[in-house]
Amino acid sequence: MPTPARRTARRARARSPARRIATALAILLGIAGVPAAGSAVPPDTLDARLLACTGCHGPQGRSTPDGYYPRIAGKPAGYLFNQLLNFRDGRRAAPSMTWMVDGLPDAYLREIAEHFEASRPPYPPPPPPAAPPATLERGRRLVVDGDPARGLPACVACHGDALLGAQPAVPGLLGLPRDYLNAQFGAWREGTRRAMAPDCMATVARRLAPEDVAAITAWLAARPVPADARARDALPATLPLECGGLGR
Amino acid sequence: MSPRARRVAGWVALGLAGLGLSAWLDGRGPGPGAATDRDARADRAASPDPVARGAYLALAGNCAGCHTARGGAPYAGGRPIATPFGTIHASNLTPDAATGIGTWTADDFARAMHEGRSRDGRALYPAFPYTDFTRLARADVDALFAYLRSLPPVDAPNRPHALRFPWSLPWLLDAWRLAYFRPGRLESDPSRDAAWNRGAYLVEALGHCGACHTARDALGGPSGPALGGGTLAAQGWHAPSLRDDAEGGLGPWTVEAAAAWLATGLDARAVATGPMARVVADSLQHLTPDDLRAMATYLKALPGAAAPARGAPRAGAGAGDAALALGERLYRERCEDCHGPGGEGGPPHWPALAGNRTLAQASPVNAIRAVLHGGFAPATRGNPRPYGMPPSGPELDDREAAALVSWLRATWGGGASPVDAREVNALRPIPVE
Repeated sequence: MPTPARRTARRARARSPARRIATALAILLGIAGVPAAGSAVPPDTLDARLLACTGCHGPQGRSTPDGYYPRIAGKPAGYLFNQLLNFRDGRRAAPSMTWMVDGLPDAYLREIAEHFEASRPPYPPPPPPAAPPATLERGRRLVVDGDPARGLPACVACHGDALLGAQPAVPGLLGLPRDYLNAQFGAWREGTRRAMAPDCMATVARRLAPEDVAAITAWLAARPVPADARARDALPATLPLECGGLGR
Repeated sequence: MSPRARRVAGWVALGLAGLGLSAWLDGRGPGPGAATDRDARADRAASPDPVARGAYLALAGNCAGCHTARGGAPYAGGRPIATPFGTIHASNLTPDAATGIGTWTADDFARAMHEGRSRDGRALYPAFPYTDFTRLARADVDALFAYLRSLPPVDAPNRPHALRFPWSLPWLLDAWRLAYFRPGRLESDPSRDAAWNRGAYLVEALGHCGACHTARDALGGPSGPALGGGTLAAQGWHAPSLRDDAEGGLGPWTVEAAAAWLATGLDARAVATGPMARVVADSLQHLTPDDLRAMATYLKALPGAAAPARGAPRAGAGAGDAALALGERLYRERCEDCHGPGGEGGPPHWPALAGNRTLAQASPVNAIRAVLHGGFAPATRGNPRPYGMPPSGPELDDREAAALVSWLRATWGGGASPVDAREVNALRPIPVE
């Protein structure tokens, strides 16, 4: 199904007189195999340049919670930029993303990050909870209170009380597919998802038992997202762990 | 085989430095960089300071393409280079005394470049393309050495190679060198003009284009005409023939257009993809316009060579009507918004598929890769914010992707042979190290 950007571009092309003339000329001249001069001009917009991103992450980066690809729309640009660097420079092992950004310069990656931060498509309703109430309650408690006895900080301590992230580089945790969230905890434990040192999420992930991860992701993935969802304007004054790449 | 062809040998189709690959597509390309860039490049290329000149030569030879690991310190080595014989790890070229070339002399370095031997006399694997670098002028080798000596030293021990038996046997390398390696400088041809001779030097020596664009035999030695096209077996790409105009030959191109393409990887007829996109972004865009014109002059003057048979349907591989109908339906659903109902595209950024040489190549691998993995055109001065194509691999199964590529080849590839699901499946893993 064509994305809105593609449909717009297609309409623009179809309207272009240059295209009609060129097509007519090509037919008149019978130039087989030679592309028609003056074919459509791709729109000079980031939506058109970044169809490679929205092909998987959905129109405007809105992907839905019932698949795997994470929503990128509205995440703080500093977070998105850090991840693009992590893919490009090999700190995150995701060949399809490394392939995409291989060789792209920092300036363009920052522009891409800012483009998707500014994108605010509505969130769909979350899927129904995929765990029994006791598990969901365990997840809720870990997210909101952590477990000081095990040195586990609460998610809200960095990701904000509303779990919508904090500027400039802490991501929100809502509106994401549970499969994606589970995979990230696995990748931090295995060292296939890394961040700039000190890698605080790797530390957290290694202190979590598999049952903790299952409970946290079940609860997070079932949370509705408020219509006016936004990241906090700034990080809390103190963080429970030092994290690299936060611009502090 | 001519002595020249023999000299273009390399053990393997190797690493990013010379991986040459281009998908031929339609469009208009932006020109080379702004005047100030050109002036800076020309100043450096002709500088009396060997460090400045060496920096330019290192870009032209794309040394960092292999000798810099992903996310690693420049020239500190460690990048794994997959070959049909195992994995070679590029070495640390920074002047660190313990792990780099800090204790090397200019003569040691020249021996490595010209004779393929390390400082301790050990033969080097020709994934390091000394089979081409042996043709470099000593003054240029010295300038490269001066530049490498000027880099900050990085403590990064070399990683051992991981070659499979029997390729790990050292005497095999000696035998290979006897068979394929002919040391010696490139002589200029007085019957040709200066641009052709400079181009020959850049293409055949410094740029080591043949490392990818020349076919290899089972032992990794050159097996066809120089620059006659090669398959990068370990990476799963096809480096088109630079002699055959139906593949990557420059017959129909002007020298100016070809030079502009080398600087941007984007033109009315072609967009660079895969390893060639990195060669454009990391190396070629940094060359002076004169040097790019020289390369184009030399490549355009290459004599044609009989291309591998194209389009001959292979036994048992015929795409049935149902598959072609499926392929067309998928094109209409997924591709024609950008590439156009008649394959006319929106050049240069949305490439035309009608008349597209990638679709007509005997090897379908580049077209399959484009469909499965998509990707961006190279980011260059002339095109700093490239357009990207979405990958279809996550949404199409092997049979669907094969039907789509078969329909594209049947429709715009001059009746090129269909592909089957197994060929698609083999190319699913994305070749990034």
